Amino acid sequence: MQEKIQLIGPRSVEDIRSDFPILDRTVNGKPLAYLDNAATSQKPRLVLDAIRVYYEHGNANVHRALHTLGEEATAAYEEARGKVQRFLSARTSREIIFTRGTTEAINLVASSWADTNLSRGDVVLTTEMEHHSNLVPWQLACARRGCTLRFIPLAPDGTLNMAEAERSWDPRTRLVAVTYVSNVLGTVNDVKSIAAMAHRRGAVVLVDGAQAVPHMRVDVQDLDCDFFAFSGHKVYAPMGIGALYGKEKILDAIPPWMGGGEMIRSVSLEGSTWNDLPWKFEAGTPNVEGAVGLSAAIDYIHTLGLSSIGKREGELAAYARERLSGVRALTQYGAAPRRSGVFPFNLGDIHAHDVAQFLDREGIAVRAGHHCAQPLARKLGVPATVRASLSFYNTFSEIDRLVDALDGALRFYA
Amino acid sequence: MSAFDELYQEIIMDHYRSPRGAAKLDHVPQAMAHENPTCGDSIKLEVVVGAGGRLERVRFDGHGCAISTASASLMTESMHGLSVADARERADTFIKALRGEIPASVLDEMGDLAAFKGLTSFPVRVKCATLAWHALLVSLPRVTTPGA
Repeated sequence: MQEKIQLIGPRSVEDIRSDFPILDRTVNGKPLAYLDNAATSQKPRLVLDAIRVYYEHGNANVHRALHTLGEEATAAYEEARGKVQRFLSARTSREIIFTRGTTEAINLVASSWADTNLSRGDVVLTTEMEHHSNLVPWQLACARRGCTLRFIPLAPDGTLNMAEAERSWDPRTRLVAVTYVSNVLGTVNDVKSIAAMAHRRGAVVLVDGAQAVPHMRVDVQDLDCDFFAFSGHKVYAPMGIGALYGKEKILDAIPPWMGGGEMIRSVSLEGSTWNDLPWKFEAGTPNVEGAVGLSAAIDYIHTLGLSSIGKREGELAAYARERLSGVRALTQYGAAPRRSGVFPFNLGDIHAHDVAQFLDREGIAVRAGHHCAQPLARKLGVPATVRASLSFYNTFSEIDRLVDALDGALRFYA
Repeated sequence: MSAFDELYQEIIMDHYRSPRGAAKLDHVPQAMAHENPTCGDSIKLEVVVGAGGRLERVRFDGHGCAISTASASLMTESMHGLSVADARERADTFIKALRGEIPASVLDEMGDLAAFKGLTSFPVRVKCATLAWHALLVSLPRVTTPGA
């Protein structure tokens, strides 16, 4: 496709790409085409600079030091929490707990909440399309609490079969854990309706938002979910930082998860009392660098605008879908009416690893494998798929390069 | 030669396109299959040891990437006529060399298996190339010598 001047809001795509230093590099002598954004996003200079400036000017431990650096670091950390609160449209920053990422956030709930709310014979309901991070913690919790894990089935088009979920609803269901956007199929689930259905029947709802926050506006009050988890690194922030949103009254009622410094009010040898929300759940020295980076990443997203990002990514996805459907012997998976820019596919009977290796030779980065969702891979009947996943900084010509390289792979492995 | 070309060199592509020792092994139960969980590949082996205690025939049934298919194919060829002890030692050496636990130069003395030296630049693919060999190591103790 001929590159017209492409805009994201008022800025050209080329200008926006220059915000991301890594996009300049070459791989195997070719310009990098980074199409593995569902695995992790690249980082804009604004984020990298924020981390550097934090260490050059403001590094200190938070909530402890009475010196200037300590106060500045604490302010920066808590300011980041406020940014996340507004980013998710949460009611108060007491509802935002910093974690290492989505996995840790879900494990917190699957431990603290599960151990005080699940009794023998209760049911946890999740879905057949979950990432292992929203499946394995519930397997562990159910084993510990003597509960049953049940699943909302996947329909052939890659959506959740909600009619079946309602029909077979078990009255002992205490929690529904569901992904907002599938990391394999890109399916956007109607989590607002799922939350409403669960609440009518007395269950609480946890939403895995890892694949949603980079691409769409999230309003946890509008969704009315009880918990919402996401990772910074998928949304242009560093690895090792993420957050759990939880409704204040639920977080207040459940015990701390990890013990240590920061999460206590007073400690004696015999016992301790807990700090207020959200610090009750943040034991030990936190990842201040990560929080500062996440704060900058949220600022960066706001400078582009989530609606401009959505529009751009929608155009790229439509183009990719059309071009990929023209590739000989290519099978695409998933046909949900609402999908993000995630494209799982296979090429003839060439193994996904071989396809990905060939694309890498051409400088194109994609994922190949089961994408940390083995049950879904089994359901699709394919042990491995190739996955190309888009971000606003990708270009139409990168999609063209992908299509050309796939033709090359067909010839090479013939 | 680029790293990619080192990896997918002619001999590997040849064994991928026309694998030796590939067969339908429906008589081997699926429970005996060896799996690579990172890519879902799975392989079943049939190992026949002759009266002299030497490997008469090794066949495989499975599907996988070019690297794992070629490796299984080359393995079936390289095992022919070896004693069980030698087969075990050969598999052990091959796996250790690909994992970087011993110098990859040992592959130079292993005939066509030297083609896998290029794999050392692709640590993620080591599991692909060693799948069949791990399966062999698991299969060997179960081998019964006819008449024994």
